[in-house]
Order: sequence, then structure tokens, then C-alpha cells
Amino acid sequence: MAKKQDNTITWDTFSEGLWRENPVFVMLLGMCPVLAVTNSAINALAMGIATLFVLLASGTLISLLRNSIPKQVRIATYIVIIATFVTIVDYTIQAISLDLYNALGAFIQLIVANCMILGRAEAYSSRNPPLKSIINATGMGLGFTLALLCLGVVREILGAGSLFGIDLFGPRFEPWVVMVLPAGGFLVLGAWLLLFEWLKQRKSETELNPAAES
Amino acid sequence: MSTPEAQAIQPSTPTGPMIRTLMGIAMLSGFLVVLTYQLTKPIIAENQRRAIEAAVFQVIPGAVARRDFLVTESAVTAVTPDGPTEGVLVYAGYDQQGNLKGVAAKAGAQGYADMIHLLYGYDPDCECIRGIKVLKLAETPGLGDKIITDADFVANFDALEAKLNASGGKLANEIVTVKAGTKQNPWEIDAISGATISSQAVGKALNRSTQQLLPQLMPHIDVVRNAPPPPSEPETPDSGTQ
Repeated sequence: MAKKQDNTITWDTFSEGLWRENPVFVMLLGMCPVLAVTNSAINALAMGIATLFVLLASGTLISLLRNSIPKQVRIATYIVIIATFVTIVDYTIQAISLDLYNALGAFIQLIVANCMILGRAEAYSSRNPPLKSIINATGMGLGFTLALLCLGVVREILGAGSLFGIDLFGPRFEPWVVMVLPAGGFLVLGAWLLLFEWLKQRKSETELNPAAES
Repeated sequence: MSTPEAQAIQPSTPTGPMIRTLMGIAMLSGFLVVLTYQLTKPIIAENQRRAIEAAVFQVIPGAVARRDFLVTESAVTAVTPDGPTEGVLVYAGYDQQGNLKGVAAKAGAQGYADMIHLLYGYDPDCECIRGIKVLKLAETPGLGDKIITDADFVANFDALEAKLNASGGKLANEIVTVKAGTKQNPWEIDAISGATISSQAVGKALNRSTQQLLPQLMPHIDVVRNAPPPPSEPETPDSGTQ
């Protein structure tokens, strides 16, 4: 996936969102959907993809327009652009599946207020050429999706005894209900953060291949 | 958009480019949103129709076709695209031969966390409720949402009596939720222990809705019964939407 193009697009441009600057596990951005809609793997995946799309589309547009947006109105412009793509995602999800739309509830519209997207727009897309922004946004979006999926899978297995709606343990399994409740979100997020922190520390100690994936 | 106006007062850069940028962006996003809306509108409408249909067929056993009716104080009329829109919307389900299998209507009551909205199927022949489907709930997972998953609770609605009294003004016996395991009469609902409030909400919703709807619907049930069977639809309803 490493693209060789103009000013220094490296593998890192793409992969920093996946690992080194993972929006959830490292930067702790966009916690609201992370905690709220990861109660099942399918919800987490859908939310991740929706966010990925918004991040990618708004990042591209902002990067294209970056030289013609006056500094004073940039935040307003970003928000309008982000809100546009969120509305598009909103309608698209309704068209794909009403059940999914009902499961995600208000959190689709709340992507507008996801600080990760505005943060990336301000910190990256507005300063980098389109191609670089696209690659970076894809990495970030995938990192976000991956993180949501990490939470969703664990919470669904423990809290409902199933994965992607498929029953894993049969009727004798007593679900650990707290895991699909909001409290479970915090617990699982904490556990994942612990794991990531530990891995990061171990890696910095050994100082081996820095761009490797888990 | 009040932010750009407030910011435009700042004198540092000329106002022209700012207004131009914002107007351009606003027009572009307006265009994109309207485009998406127009493209997805028929698909969303179709999805909603299918969702309603699947729910109606689920609460009326044996139904394969549906037709909508409006129930008002004085009459029951079939829904037409440009007809009146006042009254309570009910969905009549018919079998292959066009016989009325039941009437589905919406009901709602306050549960533990939020309103519980459900659809129930009423069979005018046995004068009983044949099935319910929860459309929307925010109850505690693992406790309140047992009203969907608990087989014993769902069995309450195989034939829950909702018979009108002699004068037809109200139910002969109110639908009540009783303590778990104490159901004795066909108009009682056995609560789920541990989810009493949710169970009671279901009972309350059904009681309130039937008390109001049935006195208006039953005198005109022949209108529904004799309505020309709706055009048979080749597609099979997809089951198990949840």
C-alpha cells in the first residue's frame, strides 16, 4: 500500500493511524462512539466504516480547498463539510439497513462532533496535499475502525455470548451483561489501553522495527 | 449559520473571500445533501414498508398480504394515497385467499428507561391478541429486554383475550400484568420476574390501546373483512428482522 508520490509519502503516512498514532488507543480521540456503540461487533464495524468514510471524504475536500479557505472561517467551513458527509452517511445507512440505523441511533449524527475528524482536518488535511491526506485519513479511519472492532468483539463475546450475531456458546452460557452496558465499555477500553501501553513500552525497550504491526 | 457572520466582523482579512468561501461550501454541501436525499428516498421508503410488513406478518400468524386502514370514532376507511389521514392507523393482514387473519396496531407505554413501542396483532375471530413485536425499547439489556427474548413471556401473547363487553364500549376484562407465575385468566399477562416494570408496561400499552381502538374498530370490522383482498405480492416477506 505504500505509495511513492510527491513530497515524502511513506508507509508511515498510512500506518501511523493504525498503530503509532491510533486515534482511539493512543490519542484517545472520539471516545463518545467508542464507548457508546461498541456493544456488538456489527455496530462497531458499521460505526467505524461510517467514520472512515466521513474522515476520508472531508479530509479530501478540505485538503483540496486548503489554500482558498481563509483562516478566520476555517473551523466553520470544516464543520459544514463534515456535517454534509455525515448527513450523506446518515441517509445511506438508512437505505442499507433500518435495523442497523436504529441500533446506531443518534451516534451517526454525532459523528459531526467527533473530535477526531475535526482534529485531523485541522492538524493534517489543511496542511498537506490531497493524496497524502487521503492516505493518512484512510489509515486513521482504519485504525479507528480496528479499535472499535477490538472493543465490539470483546464486549459482544462476553456480554452476549455471540459474535456478529452468531451464537458461540449455546444456551447454557450466562452472558456477562455488564459488558454490553456502558460500564463494560469503560472496562474493555481500559483493558485494551493497558495492553497497547504495555506493547508500546516493550517495543520502545527493544527498539526493533518501529513500523511493524501487532 | 451565525458563526461566519460573527467572525466576519473581525477586520484582519477582507470579508469578500470569507463570504465567498462559506457560500461556496454551503452551496456545495446543499447540493450533495439534496442529491443523496433524492437518491436514497425511494430506497428508504421501501425499507420502511418492508420493515412494517415483516412486523405485521410476524404478529398476525398466517398473514401474507396487508392493507392499511384508518380507524376514527365513526368509521373505518382504507388508506388511500390522497385520502384522509386522520385516525388511528391499523394494518389488516390477510391470508392467501383474502380472509382476514387479524389486525395489527401500534401501542406504547412508559417502561423502565423510556417508552416501549410495540405492535400487536388482534384476531377478531377469537377476540384475542395473537402476537406482539417490540418496535423500540431502551430497557436494560439482560433484564428489561427479556420481553423480547423470554419464551415464557412471549407465550402470553399466543392468545391473550381482549374481548369487548356486551355494550361494546370497553373490554370485558382489562388486560393486566400479574406477578410471575400467577396467571390464571386468559386476559392476564405473566410478568417476568426481574423485569416487572417492563412487563407491566407491555400490559399497560396493550390495555390502553385495545380499550381505545376496539370499541371503534369492532363495529366496522366487516369493512375490513370485506375489503377487496389486496393485490398478491410475489415477494416473500423476510422473516426474523430484529
